[in-house]
Amino acid sequence: MTRYESLLDACGNTPLVGLPRLSPVVPEGAPPVRLWAKLEDRNPTGSVKDRAALFMVRAAEAAGRLRPGDTILEPTSGNTGISLAMVAKLRGYRLVCVMPENVSTERVQLLRMYGAEIIFSPAAGGSNQAVATAKQIAAEHPDWVMLFQYGNEANARAHYETTGPELLRDLPTITHFVGGLGTTGTLMGTGRYLREKVEGIEIVAAEPRYGELVYGLRNIDEGYVPELYDASVLSRRFSVGTRDAVLRTRQLVEVEGIFVGFSTGAVLHAALAVAHEAVKAGRRADVAFIVADGGWKYLSTGAYGGTLAEAEDALEGQLWA
Amino acid sequence: MAIEVRIPTILRNFTGGAKAVEGSGESLADLLSDLDAKYSGLRGRLVTPEGGLHRFVNVYVNDEDVRFLGALDAKLSDGDTVTILPAVAGGAFGFAAAAAMLGNRL
Repeated sequence: MTRYESLLDACGNTPLVGLPRLSPVVPEGAPPVRLWAKLEDRNPTGSVKDRAALFMVRAAEAAGRLRPGDTILEPTSGNTGISLAMVAKLRGYRLVCVMPENVSTERVQLLRMYGAEIIFSPAAGGSNQAVATAKQIAAEHPDWVMLFQYGNEANARAHYETTGPELLRDLPTITHFVGGLGTTGTLMGTGRYLREKVEGIEIVAAEPRYGELVYGLRNIDEGYVPELYDASVLSRRFSVGTRDAVLRTRQLVEVEGIFVGFSTGAVLHAALAVAHEAVKAGRRADVAFIVADGGWKYLSTGAYGGTLAEAEDALEGQLWA
Repeated sequence: MAIEVRIPTILRNFTGGAKAVEGSGESLADLLSDLDAKYSGLRGRLVTPEGGLHRFVNVYVNDEDVRFLGALDAKLSDGDTVTILPAVAGGAFGFAAAAAMLGNRL
């Protein structure tokens, strides 16, 4: 059934597609090693974040935290803002996003088009300034509701209740699940579900390693681990640099015709690593990974063309995932 | 045994500004002791008084998180690359601002 009563009902149930050209070649007679991409860019606003946004809003409604006409406040310039803006519009809420003023114009245009209001935080001053701005807004508007995706259990639950079951339904022989690590919601929810159902499954995290500017903390104690993160859900965790992420992003569109954002390139890099290990060990493997979004929003970075070194320069200092 | 160790910006005050240094050791614990002899105080920023890795420090051996390879007992080999990074969640702006707002409410 592909008919839905509204756009919100069309969230999830994304296709899982095989990658016959990118999957490693195994020696004759050896068990197959196959890669599968779950196309989360086929969600209503084009990213995996639609699932979390919908679940977080519904959970807040059920808990009585959100009532019709309320204002949702979320500090994000990324996909979560776009997803929340769509959900807020259809469920009758106002959305205010706080973001640094140096965010790309596509992001601002997209958010405004979906109906979000934007409060800019001065780019100068970095995260300290962002914190100061955020504190000020929260103090001035104590009635605004913040869903806080890094600590909201409904974010992980969206994947426990939807992404995980969909994967198992479509790929009962799954041996590895690979996802990107940001809020950790996708990996925690999907990982918990699959661990309960599939003996020996490996849950693999791919974490983007940004240019140095992004790690501009004053000291280690300013670091942050999302409240949702539980290391026991993961089997392994890879750090993937900008160059490898760009290389794999380009390879995916060149070889398999799938046009994705750079975070997916990082995820594919880790998926290929575990797939090649399985080939070496002579083990069967069905490696499913998450395509978090398409590449459209990142075209203006210029990192889809030119040499890898040029692409790396273009993404230096940017949060590309 | 030479192991390349990549140092994040915020810890380069211990390495005289060097982005990468060399060390040796058969495990991560050995390597950090070796480094601390040359760059005094570095180990103390990475390992807690209780002897575990600092919560906001991530260490990778050849791009894989050591917490899944035995943590301080992770085995090292000649030619390995060890990368030290502070823990920051994706969307560094988002979490900092969101965490601050949430803290403001409590």
